[in-house]
Amino acid sequence: MAEEILPTRETGPPIAVPGQVRELLRKAKPPSRIREKAIEAFFFACGVLAILVLLGIFFILLTTAVPAFREISVKEFLTSPQWDPTSPEKARYGILSMIVSTLLVTTGSLLIAVPVGVGVAAYLSDVAHWRVREIVKPVVEVLAAIPSVVVGFLGIVLFGPALAKLFGQSNGLNAVNGSVLLAIMALPTIISLSEDSLNAVPAAFAEGSLALGASRWQTLVRVRIPAALSGIIAAIMLGMGRAIGETMTVLMATGNARAFPHGLLSSVRTMTANVAIELGEVPYYTTHYYALFGIGLVLFIMTFAVNLVADLILTKYQQRER
Amino acid sequence: MKKKIIQFMGFLFLRVCVGIVLAILLVFLYDIGRKGGGSVNWEFLTQAPRKGMTAGGIFPAIMGTFLVTVVTAILAVPLGMCAAIYLNEYARQSRLTRIIRLSIRNLSGVPSIVYGLFGVILFVNILHFGTSILSAGLTLGLLTLPWTITASEEALKTVPNSFREGALALGATKWQAIRTNVLPYALPGMLTGTVLGLARAAGETAPILFTGAAFYLPYLPKSLGDQFMALPYHLYIMSTQHHAIETVRPLAYGTALVLIVLVLGMNMTALVVRYRLRNKRRR
Repeated sequence: MAEEILPTRETGPPIAVPGQVRELLRKAKPPSRIREKAIEAFFFACGVLAILVLLGIFFILLTTAVPAFREISVKEFLTSPQWDPTSPEKARYGILSMIVSTLLVTTGSLLIAVPVGVGVAAYLSDVAHWRVREIVKPVVEVLAAIPSVVVGFLGIVLFGPALAKLFGQSNGLNAVNGSVLLAIMALPTIISLSEDSLNAVPAAFAEGSLALGASRWQTLVRVRIPAALSGIIAAIMLGMGRAIGETMTVLMATGNARAFPHGLLSSVRTMTANVAIELGEVPYYTTHYYALFGIGLVLFIMTFAVNLVADLILTKYQQRER
Repeated sequence: MKKKIIQFMGFLFLRVCVGIVLAILLVFLYDIGRKGGGSVNWEFLTQAPRKGMTAGGIFPAIMGTFLVTVVTAILAVPLGMCAAIYLNEYARQSRLTRIIRLSIRNLSGVPSIVYGLFGVILFVNILHFGTSILSAGLTLGLLTLPWTITASEEALKTVPNSFREGALALGATKWQAIRTNVLPYALPGMLTGTVLGLARAAGETAPILFTGAAFYLPYLPKSLGDQFMALPYHLYIMSTQHHAIETVRPLAYGTALVLIVLVLGMNMTALVVRYRLRNKRRR
């Protein structure tokens, strides 16, 4: 039925629509103002739910993390590299080595994902024939759809052995492996958002540059990418947020050693991986349990900050466009 | 001349970047398809694991993922659609609307493990649902919510304003206009976007780790209050936690293949439907 009513070039404007509405009005009770208000209120409640969920997550993390700081000082929690909650002498709750591990793996992933991602975006927006674009864009979407646990699995069975052979290690489960996998997971975000912002650059910019005798490459690098830079930076930050919060891939592919990371080839344990490993085994309502929620809170704040900055850049950029 | 060479090298770099991305996906799919194809057969899909999960199939995990995804859909689809209707049809440009949109964008950036922590406290502890299909499904539902809202709003935006104005001009109330002249046209698009979100939820592992997924269950879940086996969690166990990891590797590959076929299958269906709808519009 929907097909008949859709306006098409052959049939002109939607003819069936007025009839349908009139019939509905005849059948319906006279429209009640209260009913309309109630319906609007219902939809409003659904919209406000998004705020409530976000606040709820923050509130629950905060209230569950706070009891941990009756025993641990906030300073020790954030600056001590020793995490040993089950030590028989003195339990230690320092998450610095996990924060560094997370940042290490994230930085590594961005070193790969930023040039490749922006490169693909530039190719799609400036170089590619539309037929090539029709192939590459679904590929990027499929890449985004692969579950993180599958990516982690491939890190174990595919990249791990390859890295082990390359660097002469016993197994290839280390920060490099995690970085490569996280780069793959951040790529779709970076590609699609960077391409959007490149496409939003007014055509006059490129035309002016080309008219002055610049080559297409010069136009791309000196005019179009700088003009789209704010959007590209936002895309990179969103990709970074995704890499910081990713759990399964790093849990499976980085080896999970608790020690302070010594380099890209050392086995690391990120904040997300530590929560995933320990929350299943820890007794409820112990300092250890609360401390894991503390890690969750730190994660939440980090990703929130990254996303918020990306968001501010994007909003500002969109306002300038208007 | 030099300019030409630089341009050639530059474009070559861009082509290499695209080549890398294409190669990654091909290698992924080829490796899983080749090594997983051998262990997937009818028995693998319909039997429970046997002999300490070194033999048998993954049927309970498929069933568990299906049930959880149904719970996820029941929470996330209607709520996402209604929130999208509010944002696109009712909301005015106000500070509150901006905050709602900001919250939605930030929700989609919250790490999945944090949703897991939230689910443990809210659904497992406070609401006493225990570690169960219900808790895991609701946790995944909240995770999916920002995606379904965004996708549904995109679909609503494609309905031309004249459709709304036409109904309003004939004396319809706002809700009548939305129900008769907006929703019928936006619904297919809303559903495809929603299916994309559900496919992502079906492949998530971190949020269900502590809210209900079980290592191994000899029976199928009987109610929403039971624990369950799930495909992504099963793959995680088979590749890292199992006592004989090397011997069960073919089974892990098989599980990965089934999971990826399931998730990509949902994606493809949604994308094909979307593509067709778009072409129909254009005609």
